[in-house]
Amino acid sequence: MDDSSSFDVVAAEPLDDIMQKIAEHKGCGTSSDGGKASCGSSDGPDDMAPEIWEKVKNHPCYSEEAHHHYARMHVAVAPACNIQCNYCNRKYDCANESRPGVVSEKLTPEQASKKVLAVASTIPQMTVLGIAGPGDPLANPAKTFKTFELISQTAPDIKLCLSTNGLALPDHVDTIAKYNVDHVTITINMVDPEVGAQIYPWIFWNHKRVEGIEAARILTERQMKGLEMLTERGILCKVNSVMIPGINDKHLVEVNKAVKSRGAFLHNIMPLISAPEHGTVFGLNGQRGPSAQELKALQDACEGEMNMMRHCRQCRADAVGLLGEDRSAEFTTDKIMEMEVSYDLESRQAYQNAVEQERLAKVAAKKAEMETLAQEDASDLKILVAVATKGSGRINEHFGHANEFQVYELSSSEGAKFVGHRRVDLYCQGGYGEEDALETVIRAINDCTAVFVAKIGHCPKDTLSAAGIEPIDQYAYEFIEQSAIAYFKDYLARVKSGEIVHVARGDADIRQGAFIEA
Amino acid sequence: MAYKIIASQCTSCSACEAECPNVAISEKNGTFVINPKKCTECIGHFDIPQCVAVCPVDNTCVIDNSFPRYQAPGGAA
Ligand code: SF4
Ligand code: SF4
Ligand code: SF4
Repeated sequence: MDDSSSFDVVAAEPLDDIMQKIAEHKGCGTSSDGGKASCGSSDGPDDMAPEIWEKVKNHPCYSEEAHHHYARMHVAVAPACNIQCNYCNRKYDCANESRPGVVSEKLTPEQASKKVLAVASTIPQMTVLGIAGPGDPLANPAKTFKTFELISQTAPDIKLCLSTNGLALPDHVDTIAKYNVDHVTITINMVDPEVGAQIYPWIFWNHKRVEGIEAARILTERQMKGLEMLTERGILCKVNSVMIPGINDKHLVEVNKAVKSRGAFLHNIMPLISAPEHGTVFGLNGQRGPSAQELKALQDACEGEMNMMRHCRQCRADAVGLLGEDRSAEFTTDKIMEMEVSYDLESRQAYQNAVEQERLAKVAAKKAEMETLAQEDASDLKILVAVATKGSGRINEHFGHANEFQVYELSSSEGAKFVGHRRVDLYCQGGYGEEDALETVIRAINDCTAVFVAKIGHCPKDTLSAAGIEPIDQYAYEFIEQSAIAYFKDYLARVKSGEIVHVARGDADIRQGAFIEA
Repeated sequence: MAYKIIASQCTSCSACEAECPNVAISEKNGTFVINPKKCTECIGHFDIPQCVAVCPVDNTCVIDNSFPRYQAPGGAA
């Protein structure tokens, strides 16, 4: 990380200003100098090569820090699949991979590209388009690449990415390179066919259905080969793994080594999401998902090896918006086809420049706070805190309106480190089942010492305190990391003076069910 | 002679459409259907019917007994 601490700290208004201008008059004279934010400084890139960081810094799915500021969208153009996974039921939206089922709208490449333009014109932070299903994008190569072609012609600033199970990947690497796709995600759950046979009942391969260990052997060979071919060509590769307790949980450490040695730049280990009503093999046979502590322990075990990604929300593949927010209802096919879309590159870039300013300010604030922390008595204590936020890296969500909490680990050595997020049902749902909902929230953040919110009522405040989770609203609308470090300093001081006793927290639940904005 | 698709089970994933060597499969009213005049049970192309092998829902692409079995030209099979 470099130390460019000489930038100006800017307030939050420019973002709102620019949004306002865009809303009032498309293409107003907001000047833009080409949109190249010279940002060498951030709290993400320490262990990434600069050229990789340059590529991922505005990518909400890949840069933990960018997901506060930038948005991605997925379009569902690829319904067919060439393998079967035990955690997938293709009739329904898949909770494990970013994949909608048939209940989501399927689009033709022409409809998809219109939708992308419509969304990008309305949401200037939309910087990434992904194709992730409903099936496997590379089992639908014609539709997938046609969509990329149409979009790269009209909206060249949008980054393209795709997710695949990897079976067909080696056949399409050249086409992927040709369309300048800069990120590919491969779902790799095993490198040992014996493990694979418990996850994949069959694959469709060379015009035959292949089953069991043989199927898993072919799949893993194709995945490794595809990964090598992509990294040889300098295309960024992320690996997703679904953690399935008792089947591949221990084995994923091996997977992590295998993909790292082949050049994957990020490994995202996601919890299995499985409930009988999903109708998947795992859902029906009672296969459980991991607890929050089990997931974190595995992510920590792999972290020494390579970058881990912890902010993935397993969002639906046709979701639109910032991570954790879904605006897809505004962009149904009927609505898009009626929209007059004029693609306005200039205001998009002006908006993105303002975002960069805000990010720099956030990083500076964190750094300043971190410096004061270093002077305090160092301690081995580590605590987790939950944060209610709707983006921009600030504590800006009401406790009762939060449908997810971001979790940070606080320590003297690393300050505030993002380690994951917890989905919860909205606590404040207008009256019914509130008691249950509050209990769900507590279970989801039960491993946290405190919860940071912009606002909270008296009643939930008392219940949280009784459960041993300290509700904190004094940092409302401040930057998350700066506030968390300030809180941690105070926490250490209180422990030291004997005012409070540090207690280790228990485990927490991972909510089962696809993330769909309520 | 032909295979047919049980519409109530079809997920409309379109996987079979792309695999059929005879272009016998197409989308109608949200699900996929096989044109019995075009389906050859994949005889002469592949060892197993492609729609059956690729379909994610078991027993969805099945023999349609209302037609006689397909006879390959030349009388074999
Ligand atoms: S690869 Fe994706 S779409 Fe295909 S069976 Fe697995 S989860 Fe489902
Ligand atoms: S059996 Fe073969 S020819 Fe007939 S519909 Fe299925 S894929 Fe096509
Ligand atoms: S493969 Fe099966 S589920 Fe998919 S469209 Fe064909 S018949 Fe329907």
